[in-house]
Amino acid sequence: MPIFFALFCGFTFGAGLVISGMTDTARVLGFLDVLAIPKDGWDPTLAIVMAAALVVSIPGFWLAKRRERPILAGLAAWPTRTDLDRPLIVGAALFGAGWGLVGLCPGPAIANLATLSPPVLLFVVAMIAGMGAHDLWQRAQRSAALPAASDG
Amino acid sequence: MAPFDPISAAIGGALIGLAATMLMLVTGRIAGISGILGDLIDLAGGDRLWRLAFIAGLIAAPLAIAASGAPLRAPTMPGWIVIVIAGLLVGFGTRLGSGCTSGHGICGIARLSPRSIAATMTFMAVAMLVVAFTRHAL
Repeated sequence: MPIFFALFCGFTFGAGLVISGMTDTARVLGFLDVLAIPKDGWDPTLAIVMAAALVVSIPGFWLAKRRERPILAGLAAWPTRTDLDRPLIVGAALFGAGWGLVGLCPGPAIANLATLSPPVLLFVVAMIAGMGAHDLWQRAQRSAALPAASDG
Repeated sequence: MAPFDPISAAIGGALIGLAATMLMLVTGRIAGISGILGDLIDLAGGDRLWRLAFIAGLIAAPLAIAASGAPLRAPTMPGWIVIVIAGLLVGFGTRLGSGCTSGHGICGIARLSPRSIAATMTFMAVAMLVVAFTRHAL
């Protein structure tokens, strides 16, 4: 049952991306192009999309937080950290650089796989490679940080 | 590009917020796409089935909308070198920064997380700088 529900949520999310125009890289880049504001060429779509999403999700998450547990699961996976650390900011900056180069973030990139566009597929493959590279690097860092017990 | 359409933007945005809310209320999971995809490919990650189902729904939605008559258009993309560099940056950056536009921008801000607010301001500002440079300085 939660599997079908996750499918339904993914579908709703994807429909929202397509209807709002967020799968269109030109629209996203048109929003990010703030120097176009004085020249009347700016596209405010992304700001409206985010505002509309938050109008629903802020009360929705407030409701979810008041519940002891989710409707179909034992425990809610609420993130617990509140500190601002370097990986958070450096990671967000690297992500922003990639986002600004193409106009695709992970959700629209995956939804755009439906178009069978080879450049989109290439982007998703590179994105997955970047995620894998991060995980391998983290694992190497963790094992380097451990005391060298196995090395005697 | 089609002209600015605030009604479609608001309806689409509300659907995104609704999807994130439903996933949290019902399954207790954060609808962060980089987290869902990243944990799906992580060898140490578990709980793959619901993640795969969410991704399948994400890809099925444009197909369903196309089946109802609207044309399914591939987005405008730059040359392959830029695509590869950008893809690597997005993949590595979202994992290092624990989230993307959905996880930080929609879910994180919705629960008023200071980390997500800081991350969203950072990736927005850097993306705007990059576009300012590529569109107006090059």
